[in-house]
Amino acid sequence: MIRTACLFLAVSLLPAAPPLVIRNANLITITKGNFRGAVLIDGGKIAAFGDKVVVPPNARVIDAGGQYVTPGIIDPHSHVGTDSVNESALAVASMTGIGDVLNPENIGIYRALAGGVTTIAVLHGSADPIGGKCEIIKTRWGKDAEGIRFEGAPPYIKFALGENVKRSGGVWAALIAPGNLRYPATRMGVEDVFRQAFTDARAYQKAWREYDENRKRGVEALPPRRDLTLEPLVEVLERKRLVHTHAYRADEILMIMRVAEEFGFKINVLVHVLEGYKVAREIAAHGASASTFSDWWAYKMEAYDAIPYNAAIMAKKGVLVSLNSDNAELMRRMNTEAAKVMKYGGVSENDALAMITLNPAKQLGIEDRVGSIETGKDADLVIWDRHPLSNYAKVQKVLVDGELYFDRDTDIGSRPARNKQRQELLEKAKARQNKAAPENKASAAGRPQ
Amino acid sequence: MKTVPFCYLLLSAMLPLAAQTGGSFLLRGGTVHTVSGPDIPGGSVLVRDGRITDVGPKLAAPKGVRVIDVKGLHVYPGLIDSATQLGATEIGSVRETSDVMDLGVFKPQLRIAAALNPASEHLPVTRANGVTTAVVQPSGGIIPGQAALIHLDGWTTEEMLIMPAVAMRLDYPHKQPGGGGVPFAELKKQYEAQVRELNEYFESARRYQKAKAVAAPDFKTDLALEAMLPVLEGRLPLLVRAEREKTIREAIAFAEKQKVRMILQQAVECWKVAAELKAKGIMVTLARTLSLPSDEDEPYDRPFTTPAELFKAGVKFSFATYGPGAGNNPSNLPYEAAAAVPFGLSPEEALKAVTLNAAAIWGVEDQIGSIDRNKLADLIVTDGDPLETRTHVLQMFINGRPVDLNNKHKRLYEKFVNRP
Repeated sequence: MIRTACLFLAVSLLPAAPPLVIRNANLITITKGNFRGAVLIDGGKIAAFGDKVVVPPNARVIDAGGQYVTPGIIDPHSHVGTDSVNESALAVASMTGIGDVLNPENIGIYRALAGGVTTIAVLHGSADPIGGKCEIIKTRWGKDAEGIRFEGAPPYIKFALGENVKRSGGVWAALIAPGNLRYPATRMGVEDVFRQAFTDARAYQKAWREYDENRKRGVEALPPRRDLTLEPLVEVLERKRLVHTHAYRADEILMIMRVAEEFGFKINVLVHVLEGYKVAREIAAHGASASTFSDWWAYKMEAYDAIPYNAAIMAKKGVLVSLNSDNAELMRRMNTEAAKVMKYGGVSENDALAMITLNPAKQLGIEDRVGSIETGKDADLVIWDRHPLSNYAKVQKVLVDGELYFDRDTDIGSRPARNKQRQELLEKAKARQNKAAPENKASAAGRPQ
Repeated sequence: MKTVPFCYLLLSAMLPLAAQTGGSFLLRGGTVHTVSGPDIPGGSVLVRDGRITDVGPKLAAPKGVRVIDVKGLHVYPGLIDSATQLGATEIGSVRETSDVMDLGVFKPQLRIAAALNPASEHLPVTRANGVTTAVVQPSGGIIPGQAALIHLDGWTTEEMLIMPAVAMRLDYPHKQPGGGGVPFAELKKQYEAQVRELNEYFESARRYQKAKAVAAPDFKTDLALEAMLPVLEGRLPLLVRAEREKTIREAIAFAEKQKVRMILQQAVECWKVAAELKAKGIMVTLARTLSLPSDEDEPYDRPFTTPAELFKAGVKFSFATYGPGAGNNPSNLPYEAAAAVPFGLSPEEALKAVTLNAAAIWGVEDQIGSIDRNKLADLIVTDGDPLETRTHVLQMFINGRPVDLNNKHKRLYEKFVNRP
C-alpha cells in the first residue's frame, strides 16, 4: 500500500516528457493536405505540423529521413484482444460486454500495432441478432486492460443479421446438438427478434419514465425491476448508444434500417455490408455509414454477390465508408486494403487512406481525438519506409499518444535476447518434466497443450 | 477506372479477329519483362499460332499479322498460382458447390481434373488480376488425390487443362498441437498409426507394382494402387504438405526412403530446413505470406521474411493463395508475392516466383513462365508492376488467345453504379 502510494507520488512529481518532433517527413495528414515537414508532439497531442514547425530547444528528435508519416490506422471491426467473442446461447445478449473480457496481452494487439493500427473497435461476435456491448481500445502494448481502453469513446452495441445468426437455428445445429437449437432460423425470425426486443425495451422505458414522473410528483411507487438486457436497448432508443450492425444482403440491410426507423433510432454503422452497393441510396437516406471488406467474397452464400467495388460505389452515392479487417491477419495490412479501393472504383489516394483513418474515427464518434494529423489531436502516428499505398511499404515506427510503442529496429534488436529466454524456458520445462515423469519422455519434448 | 471500360471494348472487338488469325499478333512498343532475361524497353513480342516466335527491341510485323500498340504499357508473362481450389469449389460454406474433398484417407485415384467447372465465376475474377495458370488441388485425408495444372480459360474443362495430373498430393501425418482438447498421448497414438498406415500403403503399392509386372495369376486391377505407379516410378511428383520443422524432416526422410520425387508445400517452417532443402534439391511452394506467425513468440514478420530466407539459401520456391490465412482469394496472388519484398526479397525474385520458378517447379518451364521463343503466349499487359495493388491488368492472352477480362464483379459494378 505504502509502496503504491510512493510510486504514485514519484510518477506525479516527474517532470512532463519533453516535446518530441518528427522531422524530415513526408506528412499525409488526410484533412490538411500533404507536406514535406515536421510534426511536433507535446503532452501526447499534436502541437504543430507542416513545413514551418518551430522546434523547441529541449525537444527530442526523430529524423524520418524523408519517409512517410500518416495518422494511425483505425480498424472499426475486430475481435483481437478478447478472451471471448460470442454469447451464442441467446438471441439477445445485450447484457454482455466485451469491455469485461479484454485481454491486453493478446499478441494480436502487438501484431496490429506493427501494421500501423493504433485504434481498434473490439466487437462482440455475430452469433446473435443483438450481441453485446463493444469496446474501443488503443494499441498501447504493455498496458493493462484499463490502460488500453479508449477513454471517453461513445458506447455502442453490436447487431448481426443473416447466415451467422440463423446458423444456431438450422437443421444441422439441431442434428449435431438438439439442445442448442435456438430461434431464429430464418431472416423472418431475425426481424421478429429485433421488433420484439425493442417492443420490450419501449415498455421498459415507459415503466421507468412513469416511475420517475411519479417520484417527481411525490407519488410513492415501487421502482420497476432492473433489466440488464433491456437497459442498453433503451440507451439505443434514446440514441445514447451507437449501433453497429453486421449485415450482408441488400434485403436485410433495408430490413434493419426500417426496424430502426419504426422504433425511432438510427443504425450508425452497417458493417461488412457486402451488398451495400445495391442499396447505397437507401443507406445514405437513412443516415447510416458503412464499413466493408475490400475484396472478400464467395466464402458463403450471402457473400456471393460481394464485389470489390462496394466501397467505391457506396462512397460515390454519399455514404461515409471505412474498411474493416474482422481478422487479426488482415488487420496488419489495411494500407494495401485501401489501395484496393483505388484499383476497384477509382477512389483517390487521400479518400482511400481516409477509409482506414478518418472515416472509421467518424463512425466510432472519436474524430475529435484521432483519424488525422491535426493540431490538438492525439499523437497517434505511423512512420512508413515508402508510400503506404504501395505493397512494398512497411511500418518502421508507431506512436500512440506521442509514445513510441513500436519500433522495427528495437523489435529486431530484441530478438536474440528473446530467443535465448525462450530456449532457457524450454530447457527448464524439459528438465522439470523429465524429473516429474521420467518414464514419459515422449511428451516431455512436446508443445504445451 | 477510366482505362478499364475502354479495354473491354478493345477486347470484345479483338475476339473474332483472333479466332480468324489463330492467335497471331505483334505486341509493339511496351516494356517487355521477359523474366528470363533483362527487361526490353520499347520492345515487341511476336506471337504466331498461339506461341511466342520472337522477342526483341524492334520487330517488324510479318505480313497479315495484326499489330497491337502497347506503348507506355508493360508486358509480363501470365502469373502462376501454385495452390488453389479454383473451379472445384464455388462457395466455401455451401457443400453442394464444392468437389474438393471426398470420403476416405488414401484416394490417389481421385482426379481434381474430373471436378473442374469451367463456368466458375472465380476463374474470370482471378484472371482479371493477371493470373493465367493455376495448380488445383483436392484436399482431405492423407492422400487426397491428383492435382491438375490449368489455364484459367477454356470453353470446356479439357481446354483448360495443361496437365490433368501434375502431382500427387500427400498430407504428411503430424500431431496437431492443442487439437480440440485431445490429450497429447492420444494425438501421438493417432499420428503413429497414420505413419504406419502411410508406410503400409506405399508397401501395398509396391507389391501391386511387382504383381502387375510379373503378371501374377491372381492379379486384379486396383484403381487406387494403379494411380500410385507413376509416383513410384518417379513420373509424378509427390506434393507433400508439411508445416512444422519436424513434419518437414520426416516427410523428406519418407520421400528418400520411398525414392520418390517430392515438392514441398505449405511448409510454414521451411526456413528452418532451408540448407537441407537446398542440398537435396527440393523445391517448395510456400505457405501463404499473408498469414500470421504460427506461434505467439515468433517475430511478427515471420511469414513475410520466409521467402527471402529461402532465396538466400538457394532454394527454388513459388507463391500460392491456398491455405490458412485471411480468406482464400486467388486474385490476391500478386500480393502474396509482394508482401515478401519489404522484408528482403527483391521485386524481381518475387515476380520470378509467380512465373518462371513456379513453371520450373511444375515441370513446364519449357512451355510457360517467361517471355521466350517457342513458349506458349500466356501474356498480360499492364499499366505498371503487377505485384502492386494499384496496377491494372489491361489485356491478357492465354495460348495466344485474347481473354475476356470482364467478370461478375465488373458486371455488378456497371449495373449498380448506374442505378438511378
